[in-house]
Amino acid sequence: MANIISQKEIFLKGIVKENPIFVMLLGMCPTLGVTSSAFNGLGMGIATLFVLLMSNIVVSLVKSQIPSKVRIPAFIIIIASFVTIVEMILEAYIPALYEQLGIFIPLIVVNCLILGRAEAFASKNKLTDAVVDALGMGLGFVIALTVLGAVREILGNGSIFDFKFVSENATTFILFILPPGAFIALAYLTVLFNRINIKNI
Amino acid sequence: MEYILILIAAVFVNNIVLAQFLGICPFLGVSNKVSTSVGMSGAVLFVMTIATITTYLLHQYLLVPAGLEYLRTITFILVIATLVQMIEIIIKKVSPPLYQALGVFLPLITTNCAVLGVAILALGLENGSLLKAVFFAISNAIGFALALIVFASIREHLELANIPKGMKGVPINLLVAGLLSLAFLGFTGLV
Repeated sequence: MANIISQKEIFLKGIVKENPIFVMLLGMCPTLGVTSSAFNGLGMGIATLFVLLMSNIVVSLVKSQIPSKVRIPAFIIIIASFVTIVEMILEAYIPALYEQLGIFIPLIVVNCLILGRAEAFASKNKLTDAVVDALGMGLGFVIALTVLGAVREILGNGSIFDFKFVSENATTFILFILPPGAFIALAYLTVLFNRINIKNI
Repeated sequence: MEYILILIAAVFVNNIVLAQFLGICPFLGVSNKVSTSVGMSGAVLFVMTIATITTYLLHQYLLVPAGLEYLRTITFILVIATLVQMIEIIIKKVSPPLYQALGVFLPLITTNCAVLGVAILALGLENGSLLKAVFFAISNAIGFALALIVFASIREHLELANIPKGMKGVPINLLVAGLLSLAFLGFTGLV
């Protein structure tokens, strides 16, 4: 019983208490760079979730084999391999998304969230916990990116997931799909998230 | 002329931090003092230039002839990580004053996505050559330095300002970055 409760805690802390974007500020570059629409945010989130999950699994499995002095380069190679796999899958099956995300796909490699979880959690815990941790953190990341993408798309383009709900020539806040909008939207979402978090505690 | 355009485009129009969102972590992380941001900019300029030269040559003369372009990500990140370590050791031996100024920032640069980003973007330049790639890297590093130092000077002033409770810390910094990015948006169409 205790085990189930603690796994639930590991899962939830990634989504709320230690949310990678709103609380920990990890992986900011893709967060700001690709969230001009909800779909792009979701795609980037899922790609990162996949790499995070796979690297946490592998790191947790081989943790006793890696000498601690070379552990960081070893983790980077593991992560880079999975990023290459994601890159090839996206290019082959979802070329439109591959074009949209562009340089941010190879840059998943330097997303501090993934290396951070490998170093801080997967290399010290057993496989099942590492999987739960990756799912929690990854889902927290997906939710944050999708919400940010949705807010920017609604305000900037008057649509959500490419479904347009204002007339063709209606005026929208174009600013929000341009670079400054990313910073401004994330600033106010963080304020909102902090408020909700403080109320919960 | 072409080179001047690259410089203006990288520094003002497509600023690496404020328009392309690369290197946000050091941008938000080491920008609380102007002096530290100058040190960080120096370290980035140094590493970005050397990393781009190395990865460009590696891509052109090893990966392309061998048909191994798909190994780009994995090779580049390894080369950059090793390079940073090597630069750290060399600077420590050769120039202790330089090490004192840049030393603490060097390990942080391995996970700076701007370095890997510029190395990858440099491969896609039109009529690319090594010289152009190097110039592109230097221009982007100057763009990074400009954004970081301006941002740090604004943050130093913010310390004395009366900020609403909920906005303190991260949100106000993001908002300032947003306004700065808005200012840089004014350069659109310059090139």
